[in-house]
Amino acid sequence: MTELLTLAASTAPGLPLGITEGGTWLLRNAWLIPLLPALSFVGILFFGKRMPRGGSELGIALVGIAFVLSLLTAAAWIDHRDNFEGEEVHRAVAVAEHGDDHVEAHAEAHGHPSLGVHNTVTWFEMNDVAFTVGTLVDGPAVMMLVVVTLVSLLVHVYSTEYVAGDRRYTHFFAFLSLFSASMLLLVVSENTLQLLVSWELVGVCSFVLIGHWWEEKPNSDAALKAFLTNRVGDMGLIVGVTILFFAVGSALPGQFGSFSIAETNALAGAGQLSHTALLVASCCLMAAVMSKSGQFLLHTWLPDAMAGPTPVSALIHAATMVVAGVFMIARMYGVFFEGFSIGGSSINLMALIGGITTLIGACLAFVQRDIKKVLAYSTISQLGYMVMALGVGAWTAALFHLFTHAFFKACLFLGSGSAAHAVHSFDMKSDMGGLRKAMPHTYRTFVIGSIALAGLPPLAGFWSKDEILVGTGGWGLFGGTGGNGAYTFMLIMGVITAALTAAYMTRCIYLTFFGEFRGHGTPHESGSRIVVPLWILAGLAIVAGFGNLPKGFPLVPESFQERFGHFVEPVASYFPSITHATPSWSLAIASTLVVLSGVTVAGWYYFVKVEAASKAAGESLTELPDGLTTKYPLARMGHTLLVQKYYLDHLYTDVIAGGTKGPVAAAAYKVDQGVIDGVVDAVGENAVKAGNLVYHRFDQLVVDGIVNTSGRASSSAGGELRKIQTGKVQDYAAILFAAAMVLAGVLIVIV
Amino acid sequence: MLLNQFLLLAAVLFAIGVYGVLARRNGVLVLMSIELILNAVNINLVAFSAVRETVGGEVFALFIIAVAAAEVGVGLAMVLLLYRNRRSIDLTEIDQLRG
Repeated sequence: MTELLTLAASTAPGLPLGITEGGTWLLRNAWLIPLLPALSFVGILFFGKRMPRGGSELGIALVGIAFVLSLLTAAAWIDHRDNFEGEEVHRAVAVAEHGDDHVEAHAEAHGHPSLGVHNTVTWFEMNDVAFTVGTLVDGPAVMMLVVVTLVSLLVHVYSTEYVAGDRRYTHFFAFLSLFSASMLLLVVSENTLQLLVSWELVGVCSFVLIGHWWEEKPNSDAALKAFLTNRVGDMGLIVGVTILFFAVGSALPGQFGSFSIAETNALAGAGQLSHTALLVASCCLMAAVMSKSGQFLLHTWLPDAMAGPTPVSALIHAATMVVAGVFMIARMYGVFFEGFSIGGSSINLMALIGGITTLIGACLAFVQRDIKKVLAYSTISQLGYMVMALGVGAWTAALFHLFTHAFFKACLFLGSGSAAHAVHSFDMKSDMGGLRKAMPHTYRTFVIGSIALAGLPPLAGFWSKDEILVGTGGWGLFGGTGGNGAYTFMLIMGVITAALTAAYMTRCIYLTFFGEFRGHGTPHESGSRIVVPLWILAGLAIVAGFGNLPKGFPLVPESFQERFGHFVEPVASYFPSITHATPSWSLAIASTLVVLSGVTVAGWYYFVKVEAASKAAGESLTELPDGLTTKYPLARMGHTLLVQKYYLDHLYTDVIAGGTKGPVAAAAYKVDQGVIDGVVDAVGENAVKAGNLVYHRFDQLVVDGIVNTSGRASSSAGGELRKIQTGKVQDYAAILFAAAMVLAGVLIVIV
Repeated sequence: MLLNQFLLLAAVLFAIGVYGVLARRNGVLVLMSIELILNAVNINLVAFSAVRETVGGEVFALFIIAVAAAEVGVGLAMVLLLYRNRRSIDLTEIDQLRG
């Protein structure tokens, strides 16, 4: 029963993978969880229109069951993590491999190993290579199962009110279910091939749901942009997965290759894969992360994706799909850890991209009028935070931030949807303002979500953000630090972003909820199916941070500290042994002060200056009439740069797409004018002379005669042939069969 | 096994199919006749495959079945649109491509 998996016999004495075929029934059968929403998709597609509530009840019921199953799976995992009997075997294998001292030291540093529960069936075989599908259930997978099913369930409930009366109501719920199924399949994937398939599936669902109201051109354009930008990164994923497949094959003499995630990670961690292959594969996979998780250079699709319905933005473009890239790095961490030499203290591609993304996203959020775009750029910024954390080796911090971010960002998106539902617009400057009295629940939950996002204690964002800052290892004051190296640069980027985040959320709250209402009509609070999910998410945004109280935190017993890290971070051979940073009070206080200063500056500008200017002007203003941008040219240039989104869209459509067209055309034109025309002119002049001669003698008499005759002949032949062009399909078919018969006859005669 | 009987059956089916395609005026029936022709080919393929004891023919037959399903889907959609636009599926009436 308890069988521990090791690599095939051909390698050095059975490298342990840290996975097992044992475990309780729920852990072995996690495939049931993606299956439920998949059934819901098929059910809604075929029978949704005939159901009394257009299929939404089926979606909610099955996603609800999936959520309960995920919770049970999580409970089973918590039990499995510490009490699984296979641990002894794992220990024995590890002792045989590394020696007793190493195992003791490892156990002391990381606690007991956690064995991922592995369950596969062979999908098909080709040239003795078995392609499998299956599940690998471990900490990160279980965590994602709970997050995805919970947010999906809440979004399903929310949508019943938000898209009520929509002309494609049933279709909307069908694709919400398909998305949930694909995302759940992605998180339990046992091999990279399966991961790739579900990766593409969530991309398709994203495309369909962004373009849900495709009758309007900007929406279908946004859907196409999202899909095509993701294609660019997906090429990286395909290439990266292929490289890893063959890299593993070359490390295992008896084998052609393998897609298994555990095997790839374990081999990479054991140093049996070539560093070059790992580096190239990591860079390719990084391209996929850049597109899917909206990282710098390929992030441009994510703000446009806000054209989709708001529940879609909350579920797909904030809480789940966009973190697929982060999850993929976390899943393949053995590969990235070796490939990018994380832990070597040198700045690597992943940390750099994450750091840049987090800064530029936060800057862009300042100039948006559209409330959802503020949140979209905020999402980009926070995803950058996670990628940066992974890049500096703070694996647990990144996943913890993913966990808390899912709740507060979904809360913010659903809150913005609730506000927009009331005022029928997303434009904060022209159609919102003063909503706090009309929409108290939306206002309160939005503020809670914003505080969590900004990272003020004791809300969720504070704990996860602070863990990332600690994890950079760049804080050397008052005894903090540790971690995988001192990434001071990343620490600075993270701290600046924290201040910016606090400031743009203050701006967003002021523009939406304070001042006087600038839109039309009288907004009302949304119904209970919108408000209840908001409060559930806001509640989670408050408490989720306590899941991973730092080690040594006073007031609580040790068994409540670092629970998230303990249960989610794998301690297994397929996961690199990373060093954990020591939390530091001084950094926590410093980052809180930075956040408060961000709030203060933005609050002073909006709540004091703009408010006073509004009173003086007698109308609700959204900015000072004589602000920085009107006074200083440099500030105006900066503002324009941000409004134009760093000109990246121009770069892609005009410079890269247009640019490759332009020079090629110009070069072709030069060749055309200079070389070819010269030759042609010279030839032409002589030809004219020769031609004149020929014209009178040869052309008029001989050629014209032939041409005229053939013209007349073809004209009359055409006239005859016209008659068989009757336009009737059966006449053509008759000719076809007749011709076939003639050909068959010829064949018989010849053969 | 007598190959001739299968070939004869296929030939008869083929001929019926060709007759149907050429002579019927109803679009749906023409589509059905095309199916007959395709299935005549399938019978030939499977028969030869059985006699020669290879699976190639059967694989081809499976492909043809799949492609035929797609083809008849498109065909029926066209007939449906035709009916919506013209209230008739008489193929002899559709001759806008006449030269």
